[in-house]
Amino acid sequence: MPFDAAQLLPILPEIAILVTACLVLVVDLYLKERDKGINHGLTLIGLLVAMGLAGLVGGGERVLVLGDNVVRDTLGDVLKVFVLIVSFLAFVYGRPWLKDRGLLAGEFYVLGLFAVLGMLVMIAANSFLTLYLGLELLALSLYALVAFDRDSKAGSEAAMKYFVLGALGSGLLLYGISMIYGATGSIELGAVARAVSEHGIDNNILVFGIVFLVIGIGFKFGAVPFHMWVPDIYEGAPTPVVLFLGSAPKIAAFALGVRLLVDGMGGLHADWQGMLVILAVLSMAVGNLLAIAQTNIKRMLAYSTISHVGFLFLGLLAGSSQGYAAAMFYAIVYALTAAGAFGILTILSREGFDAEHLDDLKGLNDRDSWYAALMAILMFSMAGVPPTVGFMAKLLVLEAVVRVDLVWLAVVAVIFSIIGAFYYLRVVKLIYFDKPATDAPILASGGVRVAMTVNGLAVLLLGLFPATLLGLCQTAFG
Amino acid sequence: MEPGFPLLTLTIWLPILGGLAVIASGDKASAVSKWTALVFAVLTFLVSLGLWLGFDANSAEMQFVERVPWIPSFDVHYFLGVDGISMPLIVLTTFVTIFVIVAGWEVITYKPSHYMAAFLIMEGVMVGVFSALDAILFYVFWEAMLIPMFLIIGVWGGPNRVYATIKFFLYTFFGSVFMLVALIYLYFQANSFSILDFHGVQLGMTAQTLIFIAFLLAFAVKVPMFPVHTWLPDAHVEAPTGGSVILAAIMLKIGGYGFLRFSLPITPDASASLDWLIITLSLVAVIYIGFVALVQQDMKKLIAYSSIAHMGFVTLGFFILFAILQRSGSTTGAVMGIEGGMVQMISHGFISGALFLCVGVLYDRVHSRQIADYGGVIHTMPWFGAFLVYFAMANAGLPGTSGFVGEFMVILAAFRADFWFALLAATTLVLAAAFTLWMVKRVVYGEVKNDKVAKLQDLNGRETFNLGALAAAVLLFGLWPAPLVNVMHTTVENLVVQVSACKLPAGEASDCVLPRSAAVAAAAR
Repeated sequence: MPFDAAQLLPILPEIAILVTACLVLVVDLYLKERDKGINHGLTLIGLLVAMGLAGLVGGGERVLVLGDNVVRDTLGDVLKVFVLIVSFLAFVYGRPWLKDRGLLAGEFYVLGLFAVLGMLVMIAANSFLTLYLGLELLALSLYALVAFDRDSKAGSEAAMKYFVLGALGSGLLLYGISMIYGATGSIELGAVARAVSEHGIDNNILVFGIVFLVIGIGFKFGAVPFHMWVPDIYEGAPTPVVLFLGSAPKIAAFALGVRLLVDGMGGLHADWQGMLVILAVLSMAVGNLLAIAQTNIKRMLAYSTISHVGFLFLGLLAGSSQGYAAAMFYAIVYALTAAGAFGILTILSREGFDAEHLDDLKGLNDRDSWYAALMAILMFSMAGVPPTVGFMAKLLVLEAVVRVDLVWLAVVAVIFSIIGAFYYLRVVKLIYFDKPATDAPILASGGVRVAMTVNGLAVLLLGLFPATLLGLCQTAFG
Repeated sequence: MEPGFPLLTLTIWLPILGGLAVIASGDKASAVSKWTALVFAVLTFLVSLGLWLGFDANSAEMQFVERVPWIPSFDVHYFLGVDGISMPLIVLTTFVTIFVIVAGWEVITYKPSHYMAAFLIMEGVMVGVFSALDAILFYVFWEAMLIPMFLIIGVWGGPNRVYATIKFFLYTFFGSVFMLVALIYLYFQANSFSILDFHGVQLGMTAQTLIFIAFLLAFAVKVPMFPVHTWLPDAHVEAPTGGSVILAAIMLKIGGYGFLRFSLPITPDASASLDWLIITLSLVAVIYIGFVALVQQDMKKLIAYSSIAHMGFVTLGFFILFAILQRSGSTTGAVMGIEGGMVQMISHGFISGALFLCVGVLYDRVHSRQIADYGGVIHTMPWFGAFLVYFAMANAGLPGTSGFVGEFMVILAAFRADFWFALLAATTLVLAAAFTLWMVKRVVYGEVKNDKVAKLQDLNGRETFNLGALAAAVLLFGLWPAPLVNVMHTTVENLVVQVSACKLPAGEASDCVLPRSAAVAAAAR
């Protein structure tokens, strides 16, 4: 195949991130300890450039490049931009925490950037191979990030667990892929989809392969019963890392789900729908019920993530373009909200102190009423209370399942959302109704405050004016 | 539906923007934020008077309609409009909010600007609930209402406020999410989120029953009806005075409004077949809760239970229409029942608001709500005593006060349905007299009980203004309810016509309890 430079055009955002990562890697060697902030600046610039490039090369018809291994479509454009935005926020929020602990090292940014690159590759993947490459790049970077604070026993333990279970999940996914390859003779998603529609549903190997694919996806999303790693990792990993791995990768996981199940296995929707129903109901049940029992807020948010994954699956399993758009809306909204919530936790931490327990939020309103208001907005959004965007996201997935006559599933979902409302309310209660346990000032630079404000208000304003984002999601699924 | 001046939008967003302005003004110069809040509250009331003045009482159509796409791809509109049912409730909302702001003037010391702002935002959202004609918009306002109230009770409430406010939130949230599923289901039947389109949808009996139950859960919790009323006494007792006033005067009315806007017109057949349930629960509320009120030691709890009993009257008035129609076929009786319920809602808004303000007046001075801590208040606070006795009489339904008009209309209508309904409902007059007057006797009359009572100061200017204005309203609508009834008459007649027609599809026509109207039968073909 002759090389054509135009083929690289659609992957300019990925290239930009790769270049930034390499740049930070090299520049870091020459930086003195007090100049490490330059890494931070470079990373943010790289993310902004990638965002600009994604906007520039985005739009228009679906394009396949690099031997049909990579695709550029509206879905990818939108998801990439949001992955970059959320990662940008995560890096901004994380900086004071890292600086306080002397961890503001180049490695954090290099690993983070490689993780972003992995996510972008996943989103752009049009073959099992690209998808898997992106996934592993993301996963390996995250394993290392979780263990980033190497003096922390909890962090090392979490990294080990994450690695073992992540490898298991990847292995299952790969096993599924190999079966599908055996049944269809291709790893290119378009060819797989054609083969599926030709030989149809009766192929046992294919159906068996889907089972493993769904398990793999379940692992990566952290859906019940493949959720065991989530609470432990969230609890053990350093807060800025949780902030990073709890937000943007959900968008990438959504891309993984869509590329595999919809682009590849769309013809077998009837087979995977039932599996996702089980995963969704279990995730909503286990996530919401166990979250109530948590006293560690990172663990609580971990279970909350699990329950949100259940909601997200509702959109996917509906199997309609509205459903996919709803799930996409949900993934983006969740990533933004989670970034904000973990961001607040990161900001509340100080040198030698991590805000990890629910009680650490006590009386936040008396300490800083603006952060308190933002956190309350984020919590109400997670609970799905209007006028925040969390409500719109839930409304859209509920609409999608009712549209395909799964009214009972919608009823189950709202019942669990009532249960879920309790533990989010408890956070608001601690912020507003309790007296602060400490009067330590909240140290956060102006940039962090601005980013946090934008993030919190976005959650509110997207709830008041959801049409634009929803329109983007719907064009992605034509 | 000519595009006119967006009066409703102004009524909704003026107080919300005012609330944000008040927060922005901060607590450093608290006089500034308080006056800003008051100015916005008064302005909003004046704007809402424009709704009353510009309202055409001879039309059952929605008026002041505004409709712009909100989420086009999802067919959701920013769709507002009022009819004779919602317009008086909006004016009630803006009217009562003024007194809430005034009542909190000196009493609130912790972040007063946030307190005022919460009530202003609350006001805008409640007006939104009454004027939304798009189901999703309605739901957004409906749920958004919870957030400010949750914070008001939780931040400025009494000792047990956290329990009360979380109970309040979860109860209401529980009720309303099922309504959401019902609304989404209706969207696919009507192909539109417009509530007016929902009214014309044909639904089978099973679907109607399920939707009716979903609505019932939402509205019964809000009203609140027995047996889902237990959040109300807790919320009232713990809420600050202003919170109690808004809860009793307006938020409870939203449940009643929901029955008229959703349950009756969307699911008339299910309502007709399940009206016995609502009537039973209403009568239980009137009688049993009346007795419960009798034994309360806490003044706020007593008024809270009295509210539940009075709201039982409202739901009774709304749901006896099927019995009246079957028995006499007279729509006048049915109209009277619903109008009686509506008048009762408005009047209860004034009276319960005023009673909670009265309790607030005492609580601010003595810091106790226990009846036993008072006695002989009239000796030290003659003006206050006069007001309290007056509002207590109104609460007991004394002729000449607005409390009498609604109850009388409902009882009159109930006679046309069934003698026993009317008899049982009429016991409320006795019970309400018993529990309110007994409370008044123990608090206001008798010997001066203790030193605290002996040192009480009579009403200050602000308190006199609050109670005086409400007393005037109670007297006005008690002596001359015609303007209020006239405004809603055409709308209610139209509602009764709509509700008294069977909406079942042709296949289930034999199950119709209600007559099939020509229009619906035509739609069925």
